[in-house]
Amino acid sequence: MVKMTGAKALIESLKRQKVEVVFGIPGGAVLPIYDVLYDSDMKHILMRHEQCAAHASDGYARASGKVGVCMATSGPGATNLVTGIANAYMDSSPIVALTGNVPRAFIGKDAFQETDIVGVTTPITKCNFQIKNAKEISKIVNTAFYVASTGRPGPVLIDLPKDTQTEVDDIEFDDGISLRGYKPNIEPHPLQIDKAVKLLVQAEKPVVIAGGGVITSRASQELLALAELLIAPIATTLMGKGSIPENHPLSLGMLGMHGTITANKIVPEADVLLAVGTRFSDRSTGKVETFCRDAKIIHIDIDAAEVGKNIRPHVPIVADAKLALKAIYDRLIKSFNKKERSLWMKRIQEQKKQQAEMENKDGMTPPHLLVELRKILPQDAIITTEVGQNQMWSALYLKTYKPRTFISSGGLGTMGFGFPASLGAKVACPDVPVLDIAGDGSFIMTEQDLATSVSWKIPVTVIVLNNSVLGMVAQWQRMFYNRRYSAIDLGKIPDFVKLAEAYGAQGIRVGSPEEFVKAVKMAMKSEVTTVIDVPISSEQNVFPMVPPGAEIDKIMIG
Amino acid sequence: MAMTREGKTYIVSAIVEHKPGVLYSVSNMFRRRGFNIETITVGASEQKDLARLTVTIKGDERMVEQVVKQLQKLIDVVKVSILDPESTVTRELALVKISTLDTKVRSDVINYTEIFKGHVVDVAHDSLVVEITGDSDKINAFIELMKPFGLKEVARTGITALSRGMRSARME
Ligand SMILES: Cc1ncc(C[n+]2csc(CCOP(=O)(O)OP(=O)(O)O)c2C)c(N)n1
Ligand SMILES: [Mg+2]
Repeated sequence: MVKMTGAKALIESLKRQKVEVVFGIPGGAVLPIYDVLYDSDMKHILMRHEQCAAHASDGYARASGKVGVCMATSGPGATNLVTGIANAYMDSSPIVALTGNVPRAFIGKDAFQETDIVGVTTPITKCNFQIKNAKEISKIVNTAFYVASTGRPGPVLIDLPKDTQTEVDDIEFDDGISLRGYKPNIEPHPLQIDKAVKLLVQAEKPVVIAGGGVITSRASQELLALAELLIAPIATTLMGKGSIPENHPLSLGMLGMHGTITANKIVPEADVLLAVGTRFSDRSTGKVETFCRDAKIIHIDIDAAEVGKNIRPHVPIVADAKLALKAIYDRLIKSFNKKERSLWMKRIQEQKKQQAEMENKDGMTPPHLLVELRKILPQDAIITTEVGQNQMWSALYLKTYKPRTFISSGGLGTMGFGFPASLGAKVACPDVPVLDIAGDGSFIMTEQDLATSVSWKIPVTVIVLNNSVLGMVAQWQRMFYNRRYSAIDLGKIPDFVKLAEAYGAQGIRVGSPEEFVKAVKMAMKSEVTTVIDVPISSEQNVFPMVPPGAEIDKIMIG
Repeated sequence: MAMTREGKTYIVSAIVEHKPGVLYSVSNMFRRRGFNIETITVGASEQKDLARLTVTIKGDERMVEQVVKQLQKLIDVVKVSILDPESTVTRELALVKISTLDTKVRSDVINYTEIFKGHVVDVAHDSLVVEITGDSDKINAFIELMKPFGLKEVARTGITALSRGMRSARME
């Protein structure tokens, strides 16, 4: 036991959790913590907006697989974190958010900058805590990290009233946690594995859907081994992108509203569907009532509440994806005679060929630029995206080969996520190039953190697919509202080259695919963040597209 | 609220951490997912620091399955079970205030109270408060009976429940 303040206990506890970096902004209610940081070796990166602190910690977590940490003061600092926390919650990203609050005696009195952040974040965190005294800080930090990073990962918030930070007490750092109500079930039930094996053995046209859970549980190898054994093609969700290399012969690409033609045609033809680490979101399934109606569905997920929520599977398996896939594989390898699947494979190849013929990729169009971009990126380069057309083009046309190299706001669809997430990813993986594929509208939402990237020397590349409009909204108005364009025009504001320069970053405008490739090469070598402004037509649509509420194979292509 | 109040009634019994904020996170989950709470009761259990929460909801099997899973997902919820009405004791307590301006009414009310095995717990010159315990049907029946007399106020606790015999929703 050592006598110290709560603030000191907090930082020591974070160190014991092997935290390398905290993204944050100080303020009145966290002054004691920042005073400890003043002469601590804990790295703190000063962001320019708390939303960016949360997204950066999220990007850090997704790129590294470790828990990301962000911090803010009470009131507006805490509420500015909320979008980032909600985003991490929807995409099951492990972050711990630390907030200051008014001293204990003022809580509930509407004191200056008091917000009930525990109340606000209850539905968007796995759990949250308000510190009652300095003594309990260590245990609660341990608990928070444990909950954030195990089971289905997600955000946890710890709210620290200011006087718990200054309180001096005998602090004990035991690594124990106390949680009676939290026991993530990771071992698959053998009976359920039996049932899954039985279905897969009988399957004629098996298909796999891989979601973000495959990446979280590091199950890519197990998944590929199983798919290769079964000769089952794999479609991924947006969150699952990167779980398998997209140049693998069994890869169908992304499924869903903006999925590839191949994935959206092949998935509904399955007779047995193996869905792993996915929650069957409406963006992935299209009309859920008829989705794979005739298939026998096996659903593996570690979150029991996701199994049976949107789709009722024939074989539910509540378990860690890696363990469940391995269990199925181990059973199959003993008994399974590799099936002749020449017909099924032929069907898939046909579909892929048809897709390739329909794709026309040239000129200053995002599909062409993204294909060209991929050619000059190393396989382990990390891509983040903003939200809108830029995101869907990236998902469709920028092939991903490795887990944790495609980072996008899936569940919440948060414009402004990609850039701060790219900063977090770069901090986690300083040796690989990190690029944010942005839309002009999205980038403006968090562009101020160019200041962070320049002053902390976190060089990333922002590629602004600049259509001068809120492109995805414009696309829907074009397709479903008779071209009645309402509130989508962004004009040519700002000048992104000048904007970059104003922050001390590098700005480049490109006018041709060749200039684009050259600029990206330059950016990846640059020691300072580069913003590449890529003017494109404002009239372009992202295709293929399945209209909202339609069945997944009702694909519009133009 | 989102769900219709149709379907079977289910009794969900949960053991939860007995600390501030737990009832909030539970009721917030119900609101957020559109599950309708018919009644909710909460109080200390036999185990230290743990409370027993009893919720009755109307719905179908699929909805109840989701309710249970979403409850289990909450970190402060330790154990959840659905109680089978066949093997469950359910009780509700009601306090019923009846105006009894004339003595005839007063003695009728007292008679009914005895038949229902209730107790008169407060007597004023113009009213009585009756305490009545039982399953919800019994309480409904009593309240119906009191209406013609001049029912003034009713306070009901909502259902609390335990499984019969050795079956238990304890935390193992
Ligand atoms: C914070 C936020 N506000 C609004 C939206 C709704 N929205 C979805 S896409 C989009 C347009 C995005 O514009 P831009 O970043 O320029 O991308 P583009 O579609 O043009 O590629 C909007 C406004 C959102 N997803 N997030
Ligand atoms: Mg745009």
